[in-house]
Amino acid sequence: MGRITLERVAKRFAEVEVIPPLDLEIEDGEFVVFVGPSGCGKSTLLRLIAGLEDVSAGTIRIDGQDATGMPPAKRGLAMVFQSYALYPHMTVRKNIAFPLRMAGIAAEEQERKVTAAAEVLNLTAYLDRRPGQLSGGQRQRVAIGRAIVREPKAFLFDEPLSNLDAALRVGMRIEISQLHNRLKTTMVYVTHDQVEAMTMADKIVVLNAGRIEQVGSPLELYRAPRNRFVAGFIGSPRMNFIEGDEAARHGAAAIGIRPEHIAVSTAGGLWRGTVGVSEHLGSDTFFHVNGTGLAEAITVRAGGEVNLHHGDAVWLTPEADKIHRFDREGLRLA
Amino acid sequence: MATAHARGAARVMLSPAVVVLLLWMIVPLGMTIWFSFQRYGLLSGMPPEWTGLTNYRYFLTDPAFFTSIKNTLSLVGGVLAITVVGGILLALLLDQAFWGQGIVRVLVIAPFFVMPTVSALVWKNMFMNPVNGLFAYVAKLFGAPPFDFLAQAPMFSIIVIVAWQWLPFATLILLTALQSLDSEQLEAAEMDGAGWLSRFVHIMLPHLTRAITVVILIQTIFLLSTFAEILVTTNGGPGTATTNLTYLVYAQSLLQFDVGGGAAGGIVAVILANIVAIFLMRMIGKNLEA
Amino acid sequence: MARSVTTRRKTVVTILAWTVAFLIFFPILWTVLTSFKSEGDAIASPPKFLFFDWTLENYVTVQERSDYFKHFWNSVVMSVGSTLAALVLAIPAAWSMAFVPGRRTKDLLMWMLSTKMMPAVGVLVPMYLIFRDTGLLDTRTGLVIVLTLINLPIVVWMLYTYFKEIPAEILEAARMDGASLRSEILYVLTPMAVPGIASTLLLNIILAWNEAFWTLNLTAAKAAPLTAFIASYSSPEGLFYAKLSAASTMAIAPILIMGWFSQKQLVRGLTFGAVK
Repeated sequence: MGRITLERVAKRFAEVEVIPPLDLEIEDGEFVVFVGPSGCGKSTLLRLIAGLEDVSAGTIRIDGQDATGMPPAKRGLAMVFQSYALYPHMTVRKNIAFPLRMAGIAAEEQERKVTAAAEVLNLTAYLDRRPGQLSGGQRQRVAIGRAIVREPKAFLFDEPLSNLDAALRVGMRIEISQLHNRLKTTMVYVTHDQVEAMTMADKIVVLNAGRIEQVGSPLELYRAPRNRFVAGFIGSPRMNFIEGDEAARHGAAAIGIRPEHIAVSTAGGLWRGTVGVSEHLGSDTFFHVNGTGLAEAITVRAGGEVNLHHGDAVWLTPEADKIHRFDREGLRLA
Repeated sequence: MATAHARGAARVMLSPAVVVLLLWMIVPLGMTIWFSFQRYGLLSGMPPEWTGLTNYRYFLTDPAFFTSIKNTLSLVGGVLAITVVGGILLALLLDQAFWGQGIVRVLVIAPFFVMPTVSALVWKNMFMNPVNGLFAYVAKLFGAPPFDFLAQAPMFSIIVIVAWQWLPFATLILLTALQSLDSEQLEAAEMDGAGWLSRFVHIMLPHLTRAITVVILIQTIFLLSTFAEILVTTNGGPGTATTNLTYLVYAQSLLQFDVGGGAAGGIVAVILANIVAIFLMRMIGKNLEA
Repeated sequence: MARSVTTRRKTVVTILAWTVAFLIFFPILWTVLTSFKSEGDAIASPPKFLFFDWTLENYVTVQERSDYFKHFWNSVVMSVGSTLAALVLAIPAAWSMAFVPGRRTKDLLMWMLSTKMMPAVGVLVPMYLIFRDTGLLDTRTGLVIVLTLINLPIVVWMLYTYFKEIPAEILEAARMDGASLRSEILYVLTPMAVPGIASTLLLNIILAWNEAFWTLNLTAAKAAPLTAFIASYSSPEGLFYAKLSAASTMAIAPILIMGWFSQKQLVRGLTFGAVK
């Protein structure tokens, strides 16, 4: 079981309110991702759940039990840190066994669990090495190993992939997802990378300045962002925002249209402009189109190889039913 | 950034060290201040009595006081000049590539570990002695008359001894600072056409400023209290030629048994040291934030 | 990229560096050599460098005449004792300040440092009187107390800068892994801090060993450590260079060796982390 409930939880550092009171429900077995720009309070929120920081107000329940004042060791949660936080003076085996040793579990039992975890994580060959002798990806796996041997109620991940290079990051992303599929344990995962959030989460919590902007499944957030912040944060490349007359034509203060929902043509269309920068990736082509008079540049995504370059005149046409409308406060209009 | 539980534990674990230092700071210093207002002779057999500022008046108008201030300043200034300039040159030399860097480093740092009484006695007898010292022998080789260093140039001699002890310290710190200089910066400057001298003046020296300041301040703190070297070589003499403030207070209190006068001198020394300390603390404090 | 250096330039620098190093080291070398000479050879003119009758007689004489080992032992007790006492006080304090910093931590650190800036002579009189009245004058206990106090700020500072380098996340990981405060310090922090603690220990022993204000003023015959023992050679009678050298060599040898091991930490310790 691993159901985590936050009720009116708030955090202040000295006079600064980092997290205004918020409520959140994390269901058992769910993969929840906290995402937001740096400084939005997502890591603080995770540390509150972990017990590494005291809440300033509110209640944290784990499986219905009040855990607000519990020390971290008693909460039955495991955490994987951004820096991995491996014990440099211990071998991989001892690192993974450490929580078991702290729990006073018999040596044979420790050994059995460590061996099993190492097998799952492909670490068997490295058990007698020290963290310093491992690559980034291997260290990451040791940190995960140390978390899973405890059989915790929930895993907490604090930006676990941000120290890895791009290729490794994709691989680890898949591994963590597979781990979740197999263990079916609650996972709370903090990242600033919306791609990680979209690809891994059952439920995404978008945070901004300590407030929850929106909670929902990845596609809910993609299809119906509650406000301009979420709309701009989720999706890559970023959504285009257009204000002024064109927005007023749709009865809104601003409209948003994702790059993948704009068709580009040399023959004709709704808006006219010239290609500024073109990025040819093979699978996709991105154009930054200037001179439309709508916004400084409109980003357009075209599938496959499209033979247009800097200076070419183009026509853009948005898909009518994919236009998001926002009011003056930036809230979504139905 | 921690829980209430951790903060409580921290307070408990911090208190012994704080209490001990607080006592060490308050009790003796408070007593010194108290004594400095008393007429209190250790041998007079008379009970101490309040005399107001008499001790200070006496101590501050004593001609020996002015001599001691002058001596303190020349000792500190002389040693600083030698060690800072010498330290920079040595650090620049040792920062180059050469064979046997490890051994050379070990040899250069060695004098710092020699206890002050040993270095003072070795220099006094085996080098500066006008009859049997090595310097006298070298002088004889060149046909010069032997020179009695500690009698004819007592302050200079003590400056040399103390500088020998502190030169390694300055060198080591400046060398450490020099080695932390990003070599890409120097290469960039070289690409920009800077010659060796301009690289030194515009890049190395600014980089070293901090370390030089630290060397000056820390050495000043220690040099203000130079004592053993004077005690075993000249006993402050001839006359008061090598009596610095520390030695004067020592002589006043433990040789002339004048507790009140010594205490007043001690307070003067504390005030002088604090003036230096304020600058040093400000530097270190700045570093703490970085 | 390290720049390549021509062999000629390297040769010149090598000769220069070795010459300077030799000159700086020479007084120590000369002392060691003289300690193996007879008193006659010690003042021979021209001086004899290596070709003399090597003898250990001075070492024997120094021990027999002035009980060298008593003073040596005093130095050991005083430096090791004061260092251990300071560590016991400083490790918990440094842990607190490094890992649970509060708003006043910085002020506290600076205040501790300021006690180190107080010139010893400022409290010479009261310390002398307190020691006289409590019977601590000329005792090893008394010296251990004073040296603990004067070096405590440096020990706290050094440990603090070492602890600071241990990522707080690792201690948090231990907490998440179910470690109590005691296990956290015992199994995670201490093993990781061993190198830092060791170099603090080493540097502090050196500083205490060479301390030459309190040791000279608060001891007489009984508790005198090597600093005071050597000072007794300042008013010599007759031929004594070789014996002075032997006593000096024995006084500086152990600390010179320790010093060479700790030279890297020396910079950090003596500059309170301002230069690393």
